[in-house]
Amino acid sequence: MSFTKVTVSALAIAAVAGAASARDNVQVAGSSTVLPYASIVAEAFGENTDFPTPVVESGGSSSGLKRFCEGVGTNTIDVANASRAIRDREIAACAENGVTDIIEVRIGYDGIVFASQLDGPAFTAFTESDWFNALAPQVVVDGALVDNPYEKWSDFNADLPAEDILAFIPGTKHGTREVFEEKVIAAGCEATGAFEAMMAAGVSEDDAEDACLAVRTDGKSVDIDGDYTETLARIDANTNGVGVFGLAFYENNTDKLKVATMAGVAPSTETISTGEYPVSRPLFFYVKKAHIGVIPGLKEYAQFFMVDEIAGPAGPLAAYGLVADPDLATTQEMIANEETLSSDM
Amino acid sequence: MTGKKSSLLELDARTKKRNAAEKRFQYFGIGAVTVGLLFLIVLLTTIVSNGTRAFTQTFVTFELVLDTAEIEAAEASFVKTSKYRDIITAQLAAKVEELGFETELTSADDLKQIFSSGAAGTLREYVLANPESIGTTEVFKFRTSSRVDGYSKGRVTRESLARDKNLAPAALDLVDQMQEAGLVDRSFNWTFITGSDASESRPEQAGIGVSMIGSFFMMLVVLVFALPIGVAASIYLEEFAPKNRLTDIIEVNISNLAAVPSIVFGILGLAVFIQFAHLPQSAPLVGGLVLTLMTLPTIIISTRASLKSVPPSIREAALGVGASKMQTVFHHVLPLAMPGILTGTIIGLAQALGETAPLLLIGMVGFIASNYPEGVASGFLDPNSAMPAQIFEWAKRADPAYYERAWGGIIVLLGFLMTMNMIAILMRRRFERRW
Repeated sequence: MSFTKVTVSALAIAAVAGAASARDNVQVAGSSTVLPYASIVAEAFGENTDFPTPVVESGGSSSGLKRFCEGVGTNTIDVANASRAIRDREIAACAENGVTDIIEVRIGYDGIVFASQLDGPAFTAFTESDWFNALAPQVVVDGALVDNPYEKWSDFNADLPAEDILAFIPGTKHGTREVFEEKVIAAGCEATGAFEAMMAAGVSEDDAEDACLAVRTDGKSVDIDGDYTETLARIDANTNGVGVFGLAFYENNTDKLKVATMAGVAPSTETISTGEYPVSRPLFFYVKKAHIGVIPGLKEYAQFFMVDEIAGPAGPLAAYGLVADPDLATTQEMIANEETLSSDM
Repeated sequence: MTGKKSSLLELDARTKKRNAAEKRFQYFGIGAVTVGLLFLIVLLTTIVSNGTRAFTQTFVTFELVLDTAEIEAAEASFVKTSKYRDIITAQLAAKVEELGFETELTSADDLKQIFSSGAAGTLREYVLANPESIGTTEVFKFRTSSRVDGYSKGRVTRESLARDKNLAPAALDLVDQMQEAGLVDRSFNWTFITGSDASESRPEQAGIGVSMIGSFFMMLVVLVFALPIGVAASIYLEEFAPKNRLTDIIEVNISNLAAVPSIVFGILGLAVFIQFAHLPQSAPLVGGLVLTLMTLPTIIISTRASLKSVPPSIREAALGVGASKMQTVFHHVLPLAMPGILTGTIIGLAQALGETAPLLLIGMVGFIASNYPEGVASGFLDPNSAMPAQIFEWAKRADPAYYERAWGGIIVLLGFLMTMNMIAILMRRRFERRW
């Protein structure tokens, strides 16, 4: 009985609230990787303009895009942050709910780094093959595909420390995991010859590609579903642990972590912007065009985000760890013209 | 007369054994209490030692010439605060030279890292609010950046800065000299208690004030909905409802509801209040409604217990002199049960105040608590966070200064919880009647 009362009262309030709700602040949700950048911009936007400070929620790229695609109207969000490009499936879901005109904005690039305890064993140089050998359920030994026999890093690469393998990698709900699989594990799968071995064993190409991305389940690889702070806590507690972090997070915690090179290249904003460092990905935000002109300050927010003083190499975003997009001018022009994703995608 | 002699003064083996068992049990009890206390002490010392640092902040104070041309140029630019920041940096550099500090810092960028990036916003706000100050010289007190602040608190050392690109180690030598000259000092950080959330690039400016207001509005919603509904439901169930299978089922389910994990209420809130009723996201109103659902069983159970503890003789006496059932309840039983009901309500509110899980699902985490509400309606409907959600958010952020603030937030929250529990205990002591 009490529950119905609450619901009824809630509905009554909703009716009043709905009548009065002319939302005047921009609402943003999505990737937790983009959250710090978006909040830096939102704060500066509030300081520099007469618009109220936008609200930025986190929750992950997928959940952000899902909410973005719920429909058009002031009770849906205006901007979705994503650490990966929007998928065709999501564009279709958007269109189904009436969200047809979407402006895609590429903010810049983000590096993914491999770090361990500052005073721990000397994990200083990795290759993609090392990570595949350490984490794959099946690896190639003497030309044959066998269940992963490796216990220590030095078992397959004498240059690495003789320490038990213990890797903390992002959980599957993170956009970072996708990049890690694609750019590290899959690359290692090719490089070690495991992919060819699978194909030779008669596995179809699609299945072999999927099998390449699998991760061993014997406890040597630990999925971290929380944020980088959780990974950091696990590294703190395990001297031989190696974790996957965002470049910005690492740069804020250099007093606890040391970073390793990947394929001989040390991660830095320079090596990532030139493309030398292999594990990086673009970051995006998506703007609902139908809300421009309805929600005050929405277009201005998007424009403010991408001006040279903010998103450029000398701006606060780069200072925090973003690798600036060398082609900012195109993006700025695109926002000014409100160019949407082409519908034939 | 050959039987075994027994003496009251001399204990036999079995009595000794029984006494020993009793002693042992007492030692176990004392041990358990000690372990509990030990944990409490460890917990409190950790919180206090980690959190107190959040309550002080290092400031840099110096005179700033507000040049008309410079300010006009800054106002004409697109990102105005970055120009204001340049003004501050240039004048700080001039000040350093004037006072003859020795420093290896050469570029303006290095100096910029000493004070908070929020200083530019503070300056612009001041200039806009006091246009007559343009063209004069004013003394400003800016927050230092989180690294300099951390240095004065012992969190940051020269060694740790060697690999940190956010502040050059040489800057610390300059900070030392500025401190000697009285330019840099540490004082109580009111912003931490009254301020709003800040972005990841300036933890030194973050405060728990706005989310405290969010928590306040949520508690208001909980009080307004949960107390009347809970009390009405328990009075009906306890005093009027027939004892049959249906009321039994309701009773069992209320107890069940009290045991439901709070995250479930969050999912329910998301589905009912946001997706179905279209209430605004991240609003304290929705947070309050969700917490109402969570608090209701607590209030109903404690209210029913205190109604039950009113002796039947009171009811019989009232009925005996001709009062109706309703008069009996409202004139006699309810006033006597009131202290118990209020205690239960306060404890329920305290529980709701510390709850985070359901708030995660209705969008109260992130960079939310950045605007003060403009009025009562905006306080209920505009996006805001709550204290525990804000602490959760801070603990996730990359800059270690936020970690310190998360602990500081815990101290503030604990302060509120302890006060509420204290009030509940005092009320029970003061008003409770025993028969």
